[in-house]
Amino acid sequence: MPELCDLTGHDLAQAYRSGEVSPVEALESCLGRIEAVDDRVHALLLVTEGLARPAAEHAEEWFRAGEDLPPVAGIPLALKDVLTTKGIRTTAGSKILEPYVPPYDCTPWARLRASGAVLVGKTNCDEFAMGSSNENSAYGPVHNPWDLDRVPGGSSGGSAAAVASGEAVWALGTDTGGSVRQPAALCGVVGMKPTYGRVSRYGLIAFASSLDHVGTFTRDVRDCATLLSAIAGHDPRDATSLPEPSPDYGEGLDAGVRGLRIGVVEDWLSTEGVQEGVKDSIRAAVDRLAGLGAAVDSVSLPHAEYALSAYYLIAPAECSSNLARYDGVRYGLRVDGADVMEMNMRTRGAGFGDEVKRRIMLGTYSLSAGYYDAYYGQAQKVRTLVIRDYQAAFDRFDVLVSPTSPTTAFGLGEKTDDPLAMYLSDIFTIPSDLSGTPAISIPCGLADGLPVGFQIMGNLRDEATVLRAAYALEQDLGFTARPPLLAEVGLRPER
Amino acid sequence: MPVEIDVEHVARLARLALTPEEKERFRRQLALILEHAEKVGEVAAEDVPPTSHPVPRSNVFRPDDVEPCLSQEEALATAPETEAGRFKVPRIIEEE
Repeated sequence: MPELCDLTGHDLAQAYRSGEVSPVEALESCLGRIEAVDDRVHALLLVTEGLARPAAEHAEEWFRAGEDLPPVAGIPLALKDVLTTKGIRTTAGSKILEPYVPPYDCTPWARLRASGAVLVGKTNCDEFAMGSSNENSAYGPVHNPWDLDRVPGGSSGGSAAAVASGEAVWALGTDTGGSVRQPAALCGVVGMKPTYGRVSRYGLIAFASSLDHVGTFTRDVRDCATLLSAIAGHDPRDATSLPEPSPDYGEGLDAGVRGLRIGVVEDWLSTEGVQEGVKDSIRAAVDRLAGLGAAVDSVSLPHAEYALSAYYLIAPAECSSNLARYDGVRYGLRVDGADVMEMNMRTRGAGFGDEVKRRIMLGTYSLSAGYYDAYYGQAQKVRTLVIRDYQAAFDRFDVLVSPTSPTTAFGLGEKTDDPLAMYLSDIFTIPSDLSGTPAISIPCGLADGLPVGFQIMGNLRDEATVLRAAYALEQDLGFTARPPLLAEVGLRPER
Repeated sequence: MPVEIDVEHVARLARLALTPEEKERFRRQLALILEHAEKVGEVAAEDVPPTSHPVPRSNVFRPDDVEPCLSQEEALATAPETEAGRFKVPRIIEEE
């Protein structure tokens, strides 16, 4: 029998309403799972049971009183540690923010909290969300629950691993170059990045502001729709927030894909470096979509091969500017120096890790006098070309599909000495961050016992079609495998 | 073309105290990354406008209403050092 922490949010929501299960029981189940596996998975930087218990008790009282509660009420959830939580330590995976206790909530959590969601903890991540393997966390890496010697992906690796292992039912993460979708793929869960601006960035510790998206981790597409609906919508505190009201993404989820025009990004599938098992799994899923009545054809995104280069100029440029705020004055670490300049330099030298320093240096260089036009300026033009590619593709197709990542989870330490090789694991996710278009990763099978992620990309503002296609494929695939680790703690993995 | 970076200068602009080992490593790695990134120049033609933002919006205003905000105490609570209700920093101006 699965434990409560292994159920989906919609199953729990139903059980809360019928009185079979209480939010306190579900929370205790997650806390028990954390106790059982997190010393090996290390998905969480902080467990907030002291605050979670009263929150779950409140939800339980409301359910008992028969109140009509939002679908997220009482659901145990984890937040990536770049999302600020009032009174709860938020480190961004960095030593420079080790002592930081934010005086305010980020908007996504403020909305969930107001709807009765229960926070179980803050998840481990690459420092300031910079990384693809979670090995850049100042607090040690996350281990993939499918194979503890492998990475969970990054940068939201803790959120992905927490949901995969039952430490939380849901989690939020952030996606700047693929940091929700890639770890979701590597951990066998559903990860979605909506349209840029769909979810407020207020209270998200900034990495690259024109690329940062808040996204969701769940175990199925229906939960994804529910969680996204709960956090989406205009926020006057974020000037880049989309002004229009966001729909209920649960509506029309089961409308099917008959007649839906699906473009397979053929150049990506044939790219050198895409693992054979990944290709096979993706092609099989494409066949299923065709079998369900979708009109499948191939599509090309000719400038996508330049997207990685553009990304590694734009993101570091924005990061070098955003991270200037860590100066040892208003929050976080301070290392003393004889004057302000020396204090600033020592603080930042001691507080930032290797990858963050590398990107700050890269961004500072590419924005400095004499180099701006050659690097940043050119990269911004490439961004235009990537967006035009998508626009042309969406004239012909409703959604585009591809692998989420070229490979399944790679070994811990395998790519840490080669930044470029590490960057390549985001090659299929970066283009939709540059274009701001919504995309989801859903598990579509296993290759050598490790999950493969199937990416579905949609047009700007059209999360609904992405979710509809994802739901249809998920129902048809019936992927229910769970990490073998869970067999140890009593859950029989279904195959 | 190999890129030669003045790491000392860039680190100072970025306010980063780096060890000699870090300087050497970043000099090498940044050159490699930039060499790869230079690919953007191959396709970025004169007539292509730059994009700074994926969903362009301009003149986003809100009503100029006074709203509750952090108290001075809350704003200072996270600071490494404060004095008399202010952030305290090391000396900025040289003594005469």
